[in-house]
Amino acid sequence: MTSRYSFGGDEHIFVEVDEAMSLDAFFKSLFLCKAIREAGIKGVTEICPANASFQVKFNPDVIAPDDLLREIQALEAASGQAEPVLKTRIVEMPVLYNDPWTHETLMRFRERHQDPTGTDLDYAARINGYPNVTDFIAAHAGSPWFVSMVGFVAGLPFLYQMVERARQIETPKYLRPRTDTPKLTVGHGGCFGAIYSVRGAGGYQMFGITPMPIYDPKQEVGYLREAMTFFKPGDIVRYKAVDREGYDQAVRDVDAGRFDPLIRPVTFDLREFSKNPTAYNHSLEGVLHGH
Amino acid sequence: MAIKVVKPGLATAVQDLGRPGYYDVGIPLSGAMDRFAVRCANLLVGNDEAAAALECVFMGPELLFTADALVAVTGAELPPKVDGVPQAGWTSFAIKAGQTLAFDFLKRGARAYLAVAGGIDVPLVLGSRSTYALGALGGFEGRALKAGDELALGAPAGAGVPGRTVPEGLRRGAIPTTTLRVVPGLYHHRITQGSADAFFRDTWKVAPEADRIGYRFRGGQPLTFVERTPPFGAGSDPSNIVDSCYPYGSIQVPGGTEPIVLHRDAVSGGGYFMLGTVISADMDFIGQLQPHSKIQFVPVTMAEALAARRERQATLEAVRGLLGPG
Repeated sequence: MTSRYSFGGDEHIFVEVDEAMSLDAFFKSLFLCKAIREAGIKGVTEICPANASFQVKFNPDVIAPDDLLREIQALEAASGQAEPVLKTRIVEMPVLYNDPWTHETLMRFRERHQDPTGTDLDYAARINGYPNVTDFIAAHAGSPWFVSMVGFVAGLPFLYQMVERARQIETPKYLRPRTDTPKLTVGHGGCFGAIYSVRGAGGYQMFGITPMPIYDPKQEVGYLREAMTFFKPGDIVRYKAVDREGYDQAVRDVDAGRFDPLIRPVTFDLREFSKNPTAYNHSLEGVLHGH
Repeated sequence: MAIKVVKPGLATAVQDLGRPGYYDVGIPLSGAMDRFAVRCANLLVGNDEAAAALECVFMGPELLFTADALVAVTGAELPPKVDGVPQAGWTSFAIKAGQTLAFDFLKRGARAYLAVAGGIDVPLVLGSRSTYALGALGGFEGRALKAGDELALGAPAGAGVPGRTVPEGLRRGAIPTTTLRVVPGLYHHRITQGSADAFFRDTWKVAPEADRIGYRFRGGQPLTFVERTPPFGAGSDPSNIVDSCYPYGSIQVPGGTEPIVLHRDAVSGGGYFMLGTVISADMDFIGQLQPHSKIQFVPVTMAEALAARRERQATLEAVRGLLGPG
């Protein structure tokens, strides 16, 4: 994996670690961003990790673009030996799959979809080789996901499922983007999951909705008082399918200020995970539920 | 309260110099699209350059002042009137309590900046008063102004007087540009050389979908992509990439047809290839482009981009020399 460097005008350096998505590329990007942050290079103003690439914004009045390029390349050369171990957290997130709100929305924009005769879940299940929607949902909620990027809009996580490539869910985006997506929709496009932090335009397939707010500009939700966006790259998410009653209860809890997401600290080791993802994910389950 | 919004205009919002530091969680810079113009407006009324002002798009608001104030309007030629009496642009003037500030039709440009001595006093959110409407963040209740809103003002520094003006030769961006300079790069290699040549040769027109998130252009030839096997996770369309960060000013071309230049309220990332980035010195100019304006993209080197940046800085220094506190 040799990174490709390019300038984004006179204020950004863009680094593509790999043109294909993989956990290796994601880890390399995340670790290099950490190394750049820790190097405290003068003139660097923002460091933004993405799925398999990252971007550094800088002030060219303070550091010459070529000088910064050389510094980052030197950090890349030095970071090759870093252990792929991440101290992070695992979060359980309730999801009401096949919910009435995304259903209403997907029906409204049906003519923009590849398959106007079914739902997004029907379509995703079929093209990914699942016999029915129930089995597809079981796979979606059955293995955890890495937050591999935060962005597009405020606090929106891109998620990459922690399974072998052959088991990755892949779906195209809508033929033409929708002008509306319910807030907190759990969606999927390409090989990435996403949770829409705000209501708005979107092109991802829509599978369900979570009652758990992930962006709160007013900072009133208890666990969002410290920072208005919930997710950081490297967070691990485990979806928990809930029924309508479970969803409604969670919404009432959020509104009453007593919703407390299940969050546990965890150390992730990419080498151990790669040896046996299924067993590793099972051990993450233990971290989450204390067994 | 010192300003009562009688009519809000088209999309009038509180903006300052923005909210850096949160792009990694998808919260963009925001702030004035024409930063030079808002700095000048603030300097004219004796404010700090970073004070919050009103950005008025295409159509001005109607504002009733409930206290005496010193104001200035810069940027687009959107002629201000106090109780119907025309006032000069790029020049400070006084308003008395009970008077109404309104605007004539837009004559040139797209965004006017109204600074008031003391600055618009809305709460600081993540270090800025600018409005990020998509995230309902900052500004006045996280949105554009509505009729009936009441705005408070900060305490004036006292340095401003009526009749101060930015000389015409220093009104950078007052005459809308017809070119935007671009450093080619990012995923430029995805298109053929012939297609890249055509992109920079064609004349493009600003589409009606042009806002603070991005400016869309139409009228040039569709791009031709280099053949490839899609990398895992990129998607099947030739314009797709594995979702990456988007630089401010980056030019993405979804489906290869209509370029979009991301601006101050940029979406921070996504899955469309980009062929280059508008240079920092030309970003202000985009904010003054009206729909249907004709534009040519011009490729430049990094050295040329940095020279243009120094030139803009020199113009700003000249204005500071005339109007600044020092």
